[in-house]
Amino acid sequence: MNPYVVPGLTAVVLMTVGIGAYGLRFARTTSDFLVASRSVSPAWNAAAISGEYLSAASFLGVAGLILRYGVDVLWYPVGFAAGYLALLLFVAAPLRRSGAFTLPDFCELRLGSRPLRRLASIFVVFIGCLYLVPQLQGAGLTFTTVTGGSYVWGALLVGVVVTANVALGGMRAITFVQAFQYWLKLTALAVPVIFLVLHWQSAGRPPVTPPDGATFPAATTVVIQQDAEVGGEAVQAGQELQFAAGDPVPRVSTVDATFGPDWLLPGGDTGLFATYSLILATFLGTMGLPHVLVRFYTNPDGAAARRTTLVVLALVGLFYLLPTLYGVLGRIYTPQLLMTGRTDAVVLLLPEAALGGGQLGRLLGALVTAGALAAFLSTSSGLLTSVAGVVFTDVLPPGRSGSVGGFRLATVLGAIVPVTFSLYVSNMDVSRVVGLAFAVAASSFCPLLVLGIWWRRLTDLGAAAGILVGGGAAMVSVLIPVLGPPLHGWPAEVIGQPAAWTVPLAFLVMVAGSLLTGRRVPADVGATMLRLHAPESLLRLAAGSGDRRRAR
Amino acid sequence: MPADDDPRKRRTRVVLGEAAARRRPADRAHADLAEQTPVGEALVKGLVRAQLALALRLALVVVTSLGALPLLFAAAPGVGRAKVLGVHLPWVLLGVLSFPFLVGVGWAYVRWAERNEQDFSAVIRRPEQ
Repeated sequence: MNPYVVPGLTAVVLMTVGIGAYGLRFARTTSDFLVASRSVSPAWNAAAISGEYLSAASFLGVAGLILRYGVDVLWYPVGFAAGYLALLLFVAAPLRRSGAFTLPDFCELRLGSRPLRRLASIFVVFIGCLYLVPQLQGAGLTFTTVTGGSYVWGALLVGVVVTANVALGGMRAITFVQAFQYWLKLTALAVPVIFLVLHWQSAGRPPVTPPDGATFPAATTVVIQQDAEVGGEAVQAGQELQFAAGDPVPRVSTVDATFGPDWLLPGGDTGLFATYSLILATFLGTMGLPHVLVRFYTNPDGAAARRTTLVVLALVGLFYLLPTLYGVLGRIYTPQLLMTGRTDAVVLLLPEAALGGGQLGRLLGALVTAGALAAFLSTSSGLLTSVAGVVFTDVLPPGRSGSVGGFRLATVLGAIVPVTFSLYVSNMDVSRVVGLAFAVAASSFCPLLVLGIWWRRLTDLGAAAGILVGGGAAMVSVLIPVLGPPLHGWPAEVIGQPAAWTVPLAFLVMVAGSLLTGRRVPADVGATMLRLHAPESLLRLAAGSGDRRRAR
Repeated sequence: MPADDDPRKRRTRVVLGEAAARRRPADRAHADLAEQTPVGEALVKGLVRAQLALALRLALVVVTSLGALPLLFAAAPGVGRAKVLGVHLPWVLLGVLSFPFLVGVGWAYVRWAERNEQDFSAVIRRPEQ
């Protein structure tokens, strides 16, 4: 085992707890805990949002998908970044001006409906858990890959550190922690990739897709994960196959991956429907992720929210330049992952595989592992804060809400379900589940936010119907492959990437439902629209002049 | 305006001359906003429409450029095989150029959206003729 990994991981955990404790000295009131007293500057806030957003799916999953499928899956990082553009164009400034802290708050402010608020709370908790479970799982799998320890301990370790940090420091501390973790994640991918590319150059630029198919760069032992066929011969799970340097990489029948030069070209196995569905889910889903929206309340005003989002777009785009290189270089140096199917591990394994087991390879290997841990910690902290925020305000009895102790109780309650769940499900695919969380968010909260902000005639019943039908259809599509029988052909494609039909469905139902219940348009919609769209400086003046008139 | 006949008003103009002079002519528009008169409603509707049109236009730019790429690659496979500096074109477009493009669109939006708001504020603050 790499001797630098344990010190590296310990350093990340200690720094996370340390910065959290440092922040605790400033966190005195409930308002500090929830919204950092709205005193966070755009640069800090943007780094924190980016740090929170770049999860295991971005840090490990994107490179793994590229290693496996090639250019077609570049739509994942592009969509993950483009989601912030949609957020900027349609949501950022008005949402901040609405004064809503969570999505349920927005429902109540805009439509004044308690039942709608409760429905939104259910979706926030569902999306939060759907997103939290794969983070903890990724932590467990990384722990197993790197240290050889047990999956359960990895998942539990991250779960406990995150719960303690959120419960003790709240959001103010989290802002500093998240900002630190963005830069750690960027460094952890950028520094090794410089050495990797230099190494590739000095080795005479070996081709990524050799004409005769991929070959092993060094003698390799591959442990087969599932019973399968390799080159026409049956192999069992656990069987070890030996390959010498220069041997061609055989195809394993149970592992889905693209071989040969097709890998370089678009339009492989993924159809146009699946591609567009993925683009739609990521483009519109980002604005519906609960842990992203909570952050906007920490901006001082709407204009700052806009500028923060632009910086986030730049920071996230900068980060996504890197995983592609890992996926491409993994094709040369870690082809055995195409046989085991554990392509998510490419980022963790590549430095040592390419640079050898010397000091440099080990140090860089420890660095990417520390970055991966930062990815799990930051995303799960953000998710837990938002889930706890909803539990705190909407689930706990009124006597408990409003106190710091109540928020801590809500955090522990919010953590129990996903942590327990993650201990029992270890075989779900990390990137896929995260993609489905985007689909559910895009089919429920995206129409609610976009129509709520830009369309006066939205009603509470219309909004509830749209969320139930669109979000419900996406939820069912998520659960069918997990619980139901395996599907084939077009039903599999339509259920596997549901956003292309559930998002239009949600918009349609929401608009139709609102038009049918036109009498329920809130009476104060004009005042709400003014508050959402007018610059704050003007409103303060307007409120002042209005008061003076009434006083006269 | 009736406020000109109010003696207390005249006193504040002496004490806080600049602030009072800047604010007073805008009283009517501010009050329109705060009290939801038809004029205020129309002003806000105009702002919302301008911001929405801007957002939709820029979204359309992204949809017709980035969003058309999968169709383009499917319809004209030759484009997918073209090479730029030894790298296949789709890798360059998606893996590298898409990110600065998105940031550029976002930057343009922030600029124009702030200008829309300034225009709106200027209408509200404009001295009445």
